[in-house]
Amino acid sequence: MYKRVVITGMGIYSCLGKTLDEVRDSLYTGKSGIVVDPQRQELGFRSPLTAYLEVPDLKKELSRSQRVYMPEQAKYAYCATVDALRAAQIDQDFLDKNDVGLIYGNDSSTIPVMESCDKIREKRDTTLCGSGAIFQSMNSTVTMNLGCIFKLRGINLSVSAACASGSHAIGLGALLIQNGLQDIVVCGGAQEVNPFAVGSFDGISAFSTRIDNPTQACRPFDRDRDGLVPGGGAATVIIESYESAVRRGAPILAEILSYGFSSNGDHISSPNVDGPTKSLQMAIARAGINLNEIGYINAHATSTKVGDANEAKAIYRVIGDSRIEVTSTKSQTGHEMWMAGASEVIYSMLMMKNDFIAGNINFENPDEDSQHLLIPSKTINKKFDTFLSNSFGFGGTNSTLIIRNL
Amino acid sequence: MEKEALIEKINTVLSEEFEVEVSEMTPEADIKETLQLDSLSLVDMVALIDSEFGVKIKGTELVQVKTFGALYDFVHERM
Repeated sequence: MYKRVVITGMGIYSCLGKTLDEVRDSLYTGKSGIVVDPQRQELGFRSPLTAYLEVPDLKKELSRSQRVYMPEQAKYAYCATVDALRAAQIDQDFLDKNDVGLIYGNDSSTIPVMESCDKIREKRDTTLCGSGAIFQSMNSTVTMNLGCIFKLRGINLSVSAACASGSHAIGLGALLIQNGLQDIVVCGGAQEVNPFAVGSFDGISAFSTRIDNPTQACRPFDRDRDGLVPGGGAATVIIESYESAVRRGAPILAEILSYGFSSNGDHISSPNVDGPTKSLQMAIARAGINLNEIGYINAHATSTKVGDANEAKAIYRVIGDSRIEVTSTKSQTGHEMWMAGASEVIYSMLMMKNDFIAGNINFENPDEDSQHLLIPSKTINKKFDTFLSNSFGFGGTNSTLIIRNL
Repeated sequence: MEKEALIEKINTVLSEEFEVEVSEMTPEADIKETLQLDSLSLVDMVALIDSEFGVKIKGTELVQVKTFGALYDFVHERM
């Protein structure tokens, strides 16, 4: 007998805000978090566009011996997780007495790797890398840091699945809970925001060069899109078995109805249509719902030519003329990559809880694929109770989550 | 650099990095205890002294640099 999985807390550190209320308002008003970064211009980037957010100063919250192992994305994840645990009414005493798990998406940690390599080449003395470098450098840095800071004793696992990492993290956490292996799992995704993390990505001409008007650069599904804009931060959701949430008297926000996934088995960067279609179909079949129960689709669409076109084809292939609103919140945030699957669940949750769908800003003209979808460019007030969230990544990894309001 | 100025500079950089008051760094005080260093963070002190003063403390030399006084002498002699 599978257990029901619910969301009992959320926290986010995003270019749209550091609190759920701030992010809700930014979504509603169509705020863009995109800026031109002078450092990227100086470094010769093809595109200097990025989401902007500052690295939090955690001197008051954490000791030096805790902070020294944390790269920037672990700091974002810490902030998001503190807020999510608080919202879920989970304190340290509870964490000390219960086996709470942790599954978080993260797929790079560039600065500490780069600085260590520079130090070794310059000094020929590995000691000078410092004590934090090894722990900051690994893809599992977020989960190793959060696991130690919050003294977690359940599963501790990082998911590196490119831009679907955060979504897979939530899906895998949900599977563990469904099967009775964990009662509560802290899930999420984190993404570093520094030029070096995305320099080689810039090098393959994947980014928008519409630098004259940064807030209009990211335009998923629009006919005149010219590439993505990188972003980042961290997003945490506390997921839990329904029984555990009821037993604790926790706020029950929504239910994760299903997790669908697939792999394209195709090109490393160009997504196809069949893979995403399979992920969508699997999620819908496992949720056991009719299409007309889905009130909103949060698309993966990043503002690249082929990616958006093929996702539009996949969505249309699955939903046909069902006229479900589809938007990409990346129009406001840029592509939050390893974080995106988790942050977009939170963005969609905020919309569902507040009866609106944030407009897909900068969507001015459809192309031959997006014309088949219902894509509002301005925020609409609409009550809906179920949404679907897509996340796809390099190598053709696909993840789809379906979540229902409770 | 005069030794007094050097001591002040060492205390300042250690205080900033390890978040310990300068007043606790007396010549007789044990470095590991005062700065709350374990075997991992001891490496950070070595890296800091190298980057700030260009003085390398080898692993074999660390055993002799137990107190702040010994550290001041060690750095002063090699600058």
